[in-house]
Amino acid sequence: MNYAPRFFTFAAPLRFYRLAGAVSPWLYGVAALFALAGLYMGFMVAPVDATQGNSYRIIFIHVPAAWMSMVIYLAMAGWAAVGWALNARMASMLARALAPTGAAYTFLALWTGAFWGKPTWGAWWVWDARLTSELILLFLYLGFMALVEAIDDTRRADQAGALLAVVGAVNVPVIYFSVRWWNTLHQGASISMTAAPKMASTMLTAMLLMTIACWAYAFAVVFVRARAIVLEREAEAEWVRALPEFKEKGMP
Amino acid sequence: MNACWIILQRDVRLASRRPSDALMPVVFFVVTASLFPLGVGPEPATLRQIAPGIVWVCALLSSMLSLNTLYAGDYSDGSLEQMLTSNTHPVAVAGAKAVSHWLLSGLPLILASPVLGLLFDLPPSQIALLVASLALGTPTLSLLGSLGAALTLGLRNAALLILLIVLPLSIPVLIFGAGAVASYAVGLPSDGHFYLLGALLLLSALGAPVATAAALRISV
Amino acid sequence: MNWNSASEFFAMGGYGLYVWGAYVPMAVWMLVEPWRAVQRLRRARDGVRERLASPADWDVA
Repeated sequence: MNYAPRFFTFAAPLRFYRLAGAVSPWLYGVAALFALAGLYMGFMVAPVDATQGNSYRIIFIHVPAAWMSMVIYLAMAGWAAVGWALNARMASMLARALAPTGAAYTFLALWTGAFWGKPTWGAWWVWDARLTSELILLFLYLGFMALVEAIDDTRRADQAGALLAVVGAVNVPVIYFSVRWWNTLHQGASISMTAAPKMASTMLTAMLLMTIACWAYAFAVVFVRARAIVLEREAEAEWVRALPEFKEKGMP
Repeated sequence: MNACWIILQRDVRLASRRPSDALMPVVFFVVTASLFPLGVGPEPATLRQIAPGIVWVCALLSSMLSLNTLYAGDYSDGSLEQMLTSNTHPVAVAGAKAVSHWLLSGLPLILASPVLGLLFDLPPSQIALLVASLALGTPTLSLLGSLGAALTLGLRNAALLILLIVLPLSIPVLIFGAGAVASYAVGLPSDGHFYLLGALLLLSALGAPVATAAALRISV
Repeated sequence: MNWNSASEFFAMGGYGLYVWGAYVPMAVWMLVEPWRAVQRLRRARDGVRERLASPADWDVA
């Protein structure tokens, strides 16, 4: 028998369910560790910024949240497309599990951006190219989530969501370019988020540690949600009934 | 090709039997645009400045209005399935439906826009640019919108879902369409905007019918 | 070490409102979201248990 790991091994909901269950506690642990390290570095070691004082320390969560929001969107669109193209249910379930976390990161990126913008630029919201694009990304997430929730037939919902996510992903560069054009054209918005403080190496390290923490956290919570979705959808399956957590005590 | 022409003729004929339904987007367009001065104040300089943006946003919303009926009528009486299973390629069907949406929604908006231009006291040169930008931009909106309509076919909140899905994708068209007029107003050339509108139209003409055909296959 | 006292830390040089206004919601969310995910998993498990407890006539179990 061939024991070499196959590419599609975890496409089977059972194996994913087991793997995700085993791995997510460790991922939470990794996230906590890296967050502690990153926050220590960011608050205790990194120096005060000359122009922005201590308010710049928001970047340690703002930038990771923004990065995660974009990475998760691509992952969501990618898995949804795989699920559609290869008719792999698990991939579509994973895409659905990714959406709420991605949307949350997007919202947090906007929220933390606003709290950084107020002391730095004097306004809670600026129509800066990157913040505006981030706002549109939030709309894309909400559109995906609304569409898949609205369709009762799971297969149709998965496929429609995949199409929408892929169209959205393809459009993201177009949207970003047009928003940047719009931003530079209207002279009033001379504010730019790219004018972040020059990064001392401690700041950069702290930011990278926090990014890893956010990544591990995202994996952990998405895995838990995906497990829930698997149980919701596959409740009729034999392997679900055979799971140890559903075995009656004293029954074979 | 013949089938596309037949689809177009059919949609136009059906619309002419319900003129009030067909005119609703235009009426919504004019009414909504007229609300802005009431909210913002009648100061002419302000209105002239914000007019391109207002007209464009209202055009966007009006063309989205008529989208949920684009395929719904054909779906409920079975003719959509007929179209998709016939010899005509689904992509051609999607393209023809997008054209019919533009004829019935986009074109009337373009024709009504000079009136709004006058309401906002835009100079004739800017009105001309506004009409031109809408002429180049509304077909893209119809193409993107038909994708939204196909994805949400038969769903309860289809109208709202279409808005949520299509509006973010239409933002580039909005930016360059309104920007074309606004940049001219401040003395900058608007050529770039028109080229980009053209590019967006080309991209959506190539991509949207294909995606819409896939969406129809998913939804039907 | 950047801070001479805890109160200095919380004040963040005058930017306390903004720094904590950004960090606290994020921290709260990172506690709420996993909890909600676990709740969803529990509900899903309960759903499976219900199904197992009352098989339909056509269930082969």
